[in-house]
Amino acid sequence: MSSAAISQPASVDANAPLLEVRAVAKRFGSRDVLKNISLNIASGEFLTLLGESGSGKTTLLRLIAGFEQPTSGEIWMSGERLDMLPPHKRRVNTVFQNYALFPHLNVRDNVAYGLRVQGAPKNEIPARVDEALNMVKMAGFAAARPSRLSGGQQQRVALARALVNRPQLLLLDEPLSALDANLRKQMQSELKSLQREIGITFLFVTHDQEEAMALSDRIALLRDGALEQVASPREIYARPATAYTARFIGQTNLLPGEIRRSIATCGVLRWPLDEPDGPVLFSLRPEMIRLSPDGKRQTNEVKFRASVQQQVFAGASELLEVDCGAGQLLRVRLPACGPLTGEHEFVFSIADAIRVAN
Amino acid sequence: MSRTDLAMYSRAYKTIVSAPPILWVALFLLLPYALMFVHSFWAVQDGALVHHWNLDNYKKLFTNPLYAQVLFRTMRIAASVTLCSLLLGYPLAYYLSFHSGPRKELLYQLVIVPLWVSYLVRGYAWKTILGSEGVLNGFLQYLHITHEPVSFLLYSPFAVILMLTHIYTPFVFLPIYASLEHIPRPLVEASQDLGASPASTFFRVILPLSIPGLLAGATFAFLLSLGDFLAPLLVGGSSGTMIANIVQTLFGAVYDWPLGAAISVGILLITISLLFLTERLEKRWSFK
Repeated sequence: MSSAAISQPASVDANAPLLEVRAVAKRFGSRDVLKNISLNIASGEFLTLLGESGSGKTTLLRLIAGFEQPTSGEIWMSGERLDMLPPHKRRVNTVFQNYALFPHLNVRDNVAYGLRVQGAPKNEIPARVDEALNMVKMAGFAAARPSRLSGGQQQRVALARALVNRPQLLLLDEPLSALDANLRKQMQSELKSLQREIGITFLFVTHDQEEAMALSDRIALLRDGALEQVASPREIYARPATAYTARFIGQTNLLPGEIRRSIATCGVLRWPLDEPDGPVLFSLRPEMIRLSPDGKRQTNEVKFRASVQQQVFAGASELLEVDCGAGQLLRVRLPACGPLTGEHEFVFSIADAIRVAN
Repeated sequence: MSRTDLAMYSRAYKTIVSAPPILWVALFLLLPYALMFVHSFWAVQDGALVHHWNLDNYKKLFTNPLYAQVLFRTMRIAASVTLCSLLLGYPLAYYLSFHSGPRKELLYQLVIVPLWVSYLVRGYAWKTILGSEGVLNGFLQYLHITHEPVSFLLYSPFAVILMLTHIYTPFVFLPIYASLEHIPRPLVEASQDLGASPASTFFRVILPLSIPGLLAGATFAFLLSLGDFLAPLLVGGSSGTMIANIVQTLFGAVYDWPLGAAISVGILLITISLLFLTERLEKRWSFK
């Protein structure tokens, strides 16, 4: 994929965000679909809106594209008020969930559509269309009708049709959800490298947390119309702010307990923690728990004995369910180590038990 | 059951299921057409039908200018009706499908309601409206736009076009509405998203994708008007006579069945070629 020519428009201030969503709310009838969303997207960023179905992620995308009007709040792009403009006047393009290719036009005319309706110079159009088709490796299908193409091919054409207009911001509404697993992985990596090359800002909507982790610079996790957490994939995984985030992104053990006199107690597990007294909730990722090597004892670790209840082999790793006594079950992910039975000593470091809000 | 039993069973089943429609078509369509076709090659002598094979009826069709003239007028009227009902029906269907919001169902029913009213009732209604003592003339005189009744309203091709347009607009509306309803809305959004104004979106996406419905509606209006004989009878007068009136006269009053049959065969040929043409056009414009 080569496309140095599709350049990103120069921004006025390198530090100013490209898109600003300011206190946006959306209400359908009596249902609050979005509640007071504020979100900035930097130029050139790949930001993913992640959430379950019904969390409002697609609605937020449609507000930015202009297909819905916010009930309150404002949307700004490059220092301009965006939410007052009709969709066709916004420098934003969308890749739709089911691609929405025009069935009466062939691939070339689909891609040329945006340039034609916006009155691009006629002699420029063919070259730009060819360039966009080359970028998504669909140059050989220029004369084909969309109905003749496979899902993955339609996906590429939809991408070319949006990118050919050199939008400031590309919106992608679950673009990979209709593809089968293998193709999906392949398209993920192509999408990511494409975005890096052309430097266009991507706002990507998905319900698939793995996809969000693999692609994004930052993830904005939506829950019931409100932003739960906005952070980089590594940070949101390592330091989830809430129990919901910890559960939604990856697997975790949620340990409810309490702190008293600088000792945290969660069931049979206890460790020193210099924080005020009160009830607490910790998130402890299964892979942060290891089999304890014999002998050495370290102050920043918690050791406990537990019996293996269940073991699932997952190729490179093993997923265990262990009972630490008194019915307290923990999930543990170990590097592949062969069958384990009976009691073993496990260990995790205190720093890996992340305090989360309920 | 063995495999052959199953095959027999399914063959018998197919025969039983398909028999009624085949019988129906044969008895009420193919047989009458065949009779009509045969009649068109016979002759009338001294008021009686004789089975004397000849081509004179078809010769008359081409040599007597009356028939060509009426046929031409009929097609002109049918074309006008088609155009008028498209101009009324398309915007109506477009508005209902894209912009009527929650009133959609109600408005749809309102469009359909006139179809429940008898054709004759509507014909007489137009007579009352357009006549020299009619509602329209009374209204015009009341407003002092005219001082004496305007006579050209009734008994003219204009009246026929008006009445047929009124009757066939719902027939044009329905297929257009159906095809507009089938346009996936994301396509409209995609067009706007790519920078097309609402007008541009209409001409580049909505109109092309509704062409099959538009063709079907136009075919309905044109063919139904082409064969209509009640409207000219009720409001057409002598200047509004259409080809079906001539056929009716030949069969019902003059008792020249062979000539009537020959004209009917001519109309049938026009109809079939038109259907053939629009079918091909519709295929060309459908994208599934």
